[in-house]
Amino acid sequence: MRLSPDEMIFWQHGFLKLNGTIVFTWALMFVLTAGSKLVTRKLSTGMKRSRWQNLLEIIVTGIEQQIAEVGLRHPQTYVGFLGTLFLFVAISTLGTVIPGFEPPTGSLSTTAALALCVLVAVPFYGIEEQGLGGYLKSYVEPTVIMLPFNIISELSRTLALAVRLFGNMMSGTMILAILLTITPFIFPIAMSMLGLLTGMVQAYIFSILAAVYIASATRARKPKPKQAAPAEA
Amino acid sequence: MDSMTLIAIASIVTAGLTIALGSIGPALGEGRAVATALSSLAQQPDAAATITRTLFVGLAMIESIAIYCFVVSMILIFANPFWNHVIAQATGK
Repeated sequence: MRLSPDEMIFWQHGFLKLNGTIVFTWALMFVLTAGSKLVTRKLSTGMKRSRWQNLLEIIVTGIEQQIAEVGLRHPQTYVGFLGTLFLFVAISTLGTVIPGFEPPTGSLSTTAALALCVLVAVPFYGIEEQGLGGYLKSYVEPTVIMLPFNIISELSRTLALAVRLFGNMMSGTMILAILLTITPFIFPIAMSMLGLLTGMVQAYIFSILAAVYIASATRARKPKPKQAAPAEA
Repeated sequence: MDSMTLIAIASIVTAGLTIALGSIGPALGEGRAVATALSSLAQQPDAAATITRTLFVGLAMIESIAIYCFVVSMILIFANPFWNHVIAQATGK
């Protein structure tokens, strides 16, 4: 009973191992990059455009709109990072319809890596927006006593991101594997459709949570307005 | 009862109890969340996009508790270090 694609070894040379997670991640990277390159070879700004360009525009503007709704100003700066997170997890889930493909997000290594990217990106964007002092001061809000709790909440958010995505993906593939040994055709298909749905929802959740964390780090702290002195009567 | 049997019994019982008890809380919480979301949708239908998005984010956070319990249960069944240690001892003997 395979718990994750880490255990599928394709090639081994002493210490270096080429396991399923790495190979499927490379395949995803290749598909996403080559596909985008092919579609954006001849971009047109007129009314006549290819349907693939249309599809990509729908996806990119949709992601930008969601980022703006979360409350981030200038969504164009974040659409690269957050869009990549969403697309990677989404295409990795959609790829399960291809027989033989194991989603690389079903391995704790991949999801931990993605969560660590978010952990690094939050201070990066926070310092870029507010400066180092401004960002570090946000850790001691509302009082200095909250400093350890704020730090712990940062780390536990990262852990929760990683385990949530890993648990959802692993449970989907494991339920499918178990059902295939028990029941005939129809029930595993229903469960794989459920797996696709939860995978897409988890992709959306991952990127929206990353956007919310970045938004809370880049929120401008407005200084409290001074009370106007009462005018002399 | 030797230690191997004891470890097996404890692992199996704990795995079952973990997932059984661990799904009660999140299920109740998700039910309440969806009920409140539905009533607020009925009150303000034009905020449907915001309410729906917040509902899904909240459901995912509640669901992650059940996922933690599931992961612990899977570890106990499939990647149990105590069982592996005992098996290694039994076969190495």
